[in-house]
Amino acid sequence: MNRWRLATDTQRRDLSLALLTLLLVAAVTFEFPGFAAPRNLASVFDDTAILIMLALGQMLVILVRGVDLSVAANLALCGMLAALFNRAFPGAGVWPVLLLSLGAGALLGAFNGVLVWKLRLPPIVVTLGTMSVYRGVIYLLSRGAWVNENEMSPAFVAFTRAQFLGLSTLSWLAIACTVAAVLLMRGSRVARNFYAAGGNPEAAAYSGIDVGRMQFIAYVICGACAGLCGYLWVARFAVAYTDIALGFELQVIAACLIGGVAITGGVGSALGVLLGCLFLGVIRSSLPLVGISAFWQMFINGVVILVAVLLGARQRRHARSILEAKA
Amino acid sequence: MIHAALRRWETMLAAVLVVEFVSFSLLSPYFLDVDTLSDATFNFTERALVALPLALLIIAGEIDISVAGIIALASVAMGFAADAGAGTATLLGVGLGTGLLAGCVNGALVTFARVPSIVATIGTMTLFRGIAYAALGDRVLKSYPASFSTFGQGYFVGPVSIELALFVVFALLFAAFLHGTRYGRAIYAIGANPVATRFAGIRVDRYRFALFAVTGLAAGLAAVLLTSRLGSTRPSIAQGWELEIISIVILGGISVWGGKGSILGVVLASLVFGLVTFGLGLMNIPGIVMSIFTGALLILVVAVPALLGRR
Repeated sequence: MNRWRLATDTQRRDLSLALLTLLLVAAVTFEFPGFAAPRNLASVFDDTAILIMLALGQMLVILVRGVDLSVAANLALCGMLAALFNRAFPGAGVWPVLLLSLGAGALLGAFNGVLVWKLRLPPIVVTLGTMSVYRGVIYLLSRGAWVNENEMSPAFVAFTRAQFLGLSTLSWLAIACTVAAVLLMRGSRVARNFYAAGGNPEAAAYSGIDVGRMQFIAYVICGACAGLCGYLWVARFAVAYTDIALGFELQVIAACLIGGVAITGGVGSALGVLLGCLFLGVIRSSLPLVGISAFWQMFINGVVILVAVLLGARQRRHARSILEAKA
Repeated sequence: MIHAALRRWETMLAAVLVVEFVSFSLLSPYFLDVDTLSDATFNFTERALVALPLALLIIAGEIDISVAGIIALASVAMGFAADAGAGTATLLGVGLGTGLLAGCVNGALVTFARVPSIVATIGTMTLFRGIAYAALGDRVLKSYPASFSTFGQGYFVGPVSIELALFVVFALLFAAFLHGTRYGRAIYAIGANPVATRFAGIRVDRYRFALFAVTGLAAGLAAVLLTSRLGSTRPSIAQGWELEIISIVILGGISVWGGKGSILGVVLASLVFGLVTFGLGLMNIPGIVMSIFTGALLILVVAVPALLGRR
């Protein structure tokens, strides 16, 4: 019997979220039998793939007590860069585009990271500022115009849509990122340093971990994820313009928080984040089926964020009984 | 003495303001005109009215990034009330009431539920704006009675708009409260060291709750003024204003680390911000490009003191 007992809160939490998601799938399938068909589930996963990759990056940032509000703007800017590059050099193929969007995203993330690391500025203020700067730069680059599918090379668009074993390249990328994140976050020394830096920065500093540097690395990785997703987003929807993914950062944060990443830092797992994304992805793709307009998505994100932080706050309550602990 | 005054943030803001005035009047012969200047005030009065209580909140070491969401929520509530045939007085009540209620939700999350204010207000920002979108979708509400337009379009005396008069009155009230009463001292103390303040017998959580409630109320007032000025409500109303309002507060010399700043600074920052955006508007620079300026300004203003090693 003992081996079936779940060892940690995290595992219990992950399991209940997984059950909740399955319940949701079952409920929707009960009304709309086609929902649980493998082909449809594959398309739901395809719809969620970008959210997964962004949320894994965001997880690292939140782990080290930061937050990155600029991910969606970063994604949109790198997507525009990728589209413009492809328009200028249609024959260059996909690899330069991938490298460009990944590199540009990492650079934009590094800018956030340097400000948080070297100047010790509050992450919320920094990324609120860069969110608006990055978004504005897209307008300057594109002069407000759209880049449409007819201006994109076939290879540029085909990359994300290519199928392998019934799943798109996009889905396989999300799976690869998740597997890499799960393995790295479990075993590696860097991962332990992330958890230590976020869990107790003072203690981490005394044991020789440069907390600011860990924050910088988190922002760079988060930015690289956003940049890569920029190309993937633009290729998948075959259009690039100033306002793509507007407000998507809130969905990314919601996915992390419902996935068990503590906003106070130091707690969270890649598996939990994956489950959080799937939960939101299933909700999002069943909305049109049950006749709720897409305009409700933001409301749902808000409820999810608040429920997740309220649950998180209840767990720490005992630690802050009379006087609050220093956040 | 003079040296100390020169190094003060407020003095620098006043200097920037003078430079703005001189350069704009050199650039455009129409600038130094009572009507032009009166028009320019609409660029900041609504935002600045929210910046005043938000300044107190940031001095107390908290933050509220849901203010623009509250404005949208209050505007949508007023829009539906107007659809149902509500009169101007009722609409004012609905706008202010919605703002106050939303502020109380933030306050309750931070004080009773002990959620850090950053994430609590990220959540409510999403929720409030989300309710506005869910309720309205792509529709527009505009069945406001004619007399409702007074708040945002009317004038108090001569070229002084009702909005500007309200801002002046509230700026004086907030300055007197923050710099002249023991409650104001307590707000500084909370921002500097909440635990020590709690030990000194000050009910820190009451202050926090009240500050969130007042910030919500001010956002409700801003919603009344903005909706009245525009004459219509879309769910995207006041999109991105949280950035602009926080930028005004931080530009006003309020420390993001809490415990420091003055209302005079916030008032000067409002004028500086209003004039700059007005000037950029005169040069036909689109809003999205102005947002580069606002974002860069916010980062610059927090980065410069850090670079100079002053906190």
